[in-house]
Amino acid sequence: MVEFNRFTLSNGLKVIVHEDVTTPMAVLNILYDVGARDEEPNKTGFAHLFEHLMFGGSVNIPSYDEPLQRVGGENNAFTSNDITNYYITLPSANLETAFWLESDRMLSLAFSEKSLETQRNVVMEEFKQRYLNQPYGDVWLKLRPLAYETHPYQWATIGQDLAQIEHAKMEDVKAFFKKHYNPQNAILVVGGNVTTEEVKRLAEKWFEPIPAGNKYERNLPKELPQTAARSLTVQANVPLNAIYIAFKMPARKDPTYQVFDLLSDILSQGQSSRLYTSLLKEQQLFSDINAYMTGSLDEGLFIVEGKLISGVDQAHAEQAIWKELEKISTELVSDAELTKVKNKSESIMAFSEMNLLDKAMNLAYYELLGDADLLNLEMEKYSIVTAQQIMEAAKSTFMKEKSSTLYYLANA
Amino acid sequence: MLNRTITPPYQQVNDINFIAPEHKILSNGIKVYNFNAGQKELVRIEFIFNNVNWDQNKPLQAVTVNSLINNGTKNLSAKEIAEKVDYFGAFLQSDYGADHITITLYSLSKYLSAVLPIVKAILTESIFPQQELEIFVQNQKQKLQVNLQKNDFLARKTFAHGVFGDTAYGSDITLADYDALRREDLISYFKAAFKPENCVIICAGKFDEREFALLDEFFGKGWENHSPTELNKFHYEPGQGTQIFIAKPDSVQSAIRMGKLAINRAHRDFPAFQVLNTLLGGYFGSRLMANIREDKGYTYGIGSGIASLKHAGYFFIATEVGGDVYEDALKEIYKEIELLRSDRASDEELDLVRNYMLGSLLGSLENIFSHADKFKNLYFSGLNYDYYTNYIHTVKNISTEDIQQIAQQYLDPSTFIEVVVGKQNV
Repeated sequence: MVEFNRFTLSNGLKVIVHEDVTTPMAVLNILYDVGARDEEPNKTGFAHLFEHLMFGGSVNIPSYDEPLQRVGGENNAFTSNDITNYYITLPSANLETAFWLESDRMLSLAFSEKSLETQRNVVMEEFKQRYLNQPYGDVWLKLRPLAYETHPYQWATIGQDLAQIEHAKMEDVKAFFKKHYNPQNAILVVGGNVTTEEVKRLAEKWFEPIPAGNKYERNLPKELPQTAARSLTVQANVPLNAIYIAFKMPARKDPTYQVFDLLSDILSQGQSSRLYTSLLKEQQLFSDINAYMTGSLDEGLFIVEGKLISGVDQAHAEQAIWKELEKISTELVSDAELTKVKNKSESIMAFSEMNLLDKAMNLAYYELLGDADLLNLEMEKYSIVTAQQIMEAAKSTFMKEKSSTLYYLANA
Repeated sequence: MLNRTITPPYQQVNDINFIAPEHKILSNGIKVYNFNAGQKELVRIEFIFNNVNWDQNKPLQAVTVNSLINNGTKNLSAKEIAEKVDYFGAFLQSDYGADHITITLYSLSKYLSAVLPIVKAILTESIFPQQELEIFVQNQKQKLQVNLQKNDFLARKTFAHGVFGDTAYGSDITLADYDALRREDLISYFKAAFKPENCVIICAGKFDEREFALLDEFFGKGWENHSPTELNKFHYEPGQGTQIFIAKPDSVQSAIRMGKLAINRAHRDFPAFQVLNTLLGGYFGSRLMANIREDKGYTYGIGSGIASLKHAGYFFIATEVGGDVYEDALKEIYKEIELLRSDRASDEELDLVRNYMLGSLLGSLENIFSHADKFKNLYFSGLNYDYYTNYIHTVKNISTEDIQQIAQQYLDPSTFIEVVVGKQNV
């Protein structure tokens, strides 16, 4: 149970406070309702590049990091296809510094040319480090456009290619800021050794004077239902053949989301899971095998991926995956199996409540889903999932005509 | 009117409170250090075993025992173990470190009595089935093949071997080492290391009398392994500086890793060295980040660190930079080191580092698990909580002259081992 208080400022900024006196620290987490899905084609990677620019100084404060480190604080941020999330942890006695810094960059950035030039380079190096200079690093650059033909999930948060990042211009930066970075598109969570009263005072002081801006109305191209199996084969300088199968699955807010989560756990959570015991241990077809979901806010992907044991026939290995998927689509999982994945979920939730930053991020994310209190209802949703629902979810998902398969093969 | 250009008032962190464990002993003499914080109905129990009987001809002995310890006991198959642990929502991890193997159980309190017997079976009755060993060897060889294509992996491995040679800290594992693994070697290592005399238990979470009684019931008796062993002991002498280049013609980035043998936590200069390290490359605003990333844009990240092991410590700088700029990046890294040796830092910069480090220490104590982790740092270095009192005192009071002196003493670039993996510029 994560308790919280909640209020909204006159400019539309939602504020959530989680009081936790067991820590001497405070967390300030701010989620902006913008991700790579909101980018324009040909300007992909921009939400993430923009996240880097948020650290390049704001309108009244030349350096973001320096004053925060001076009060004993740390910060970071991440961008996904759906959201951009920034967070600060610092000694709670210095909480006001976090309000000061975070509100000024919501008010306006410095828009420095030097910062843009540097961060373009930094992000291009990040692109190389994570996607180009790693074996299998570009899998998601290939798999996304295979699985999505119209929806902007067809590109990764890092962007489609280096050139689009290289060509990012200051006018694009300013327009992106104006469109997405305002109080109405943000959710602020303050947690730790703080009081709601104090957070309210600081929020009114630092955030309330920021103009409300215009509410961004999202209107993304819809992905048409997939009706035929897709596949792509790539050859690369990697040591092992690999298979990635992506299935369409319901959006995060769909009431069956928890069913799918348990489905992926039965297939792939831990060393007693089905794919691990059957495909890796018993049949020895794969040295790595996993199933997981992207958990996307729009129609997402359910992925099954594996690296083949060298010498194993590709078609045979793929067939073995399908056999497991067909089994779970046609036979009810046992009570023991279902209890197992529910118990595991309960454990994961309980241990995640040990971490203040996790709690703050979760509150922000569930508020974005519609209500922060959904976080506290989540376990209940897992507990009522039935074996029948899991079978139906599997049946409606694991269909050839809804699959996109990437064969990532070692150069002969 | 709100003036947004003025920094709000702030204060340096003053009170940092460490929670010390309650010390108990099981019936058979195993030491238990207990961090009892009963607000939540969960617990973490770590069973920690010293690494023993190092044999450089069998470098994977301990690592493999660690990986396969949950893959079969006298009465349970690998699958049955996994099913039982998972059924009770527990997490059972085994981690191999340079000095210890740690078996960690995360469990909700309500299931503790159900999962402890499984842990007991693993720690006392593992049999390392041949079939599981073969699967492990096959899969690990594949993983190693993938890793060998990663420049940062190669740089890390080559650097460690350069500093520590063919010892447990530096052993340069090859595919052939996996082929050489024999079941008998695993069984003999298991017997040598997994015995009460070589075990310490650290508990954190809800851990009252009831839980202690359970622990004693399962691990305080009926654990009759007392095979003779020799604890690993290594001695290292600082070597000559060397430069190693591993050519990877297709790379778009070069991995750089450099550094040297250094001191560990037990040395009196360690806290001062940590301040120096933070300034150079230990936080986002460090000199290396400010120069190589934020000014030049050569990299996504660069950092430095000091690792404290039982028998040695080492200092390192690591980064991955654009393939065409690695020479300039190296030049800038050495420039930053020379600057620390030739010039004093400003008071303003050092004050920032002090505040950052104190805030970071405070933030690293966020829950009862973190307090247990801090204790492990002390315990396995043979230190007590005076270490942190001294650490905090050093961070607050060290002078810019001291920093320069420490840089002169510990960061002589001519003694560095420098490894670059990437495309060679012509």
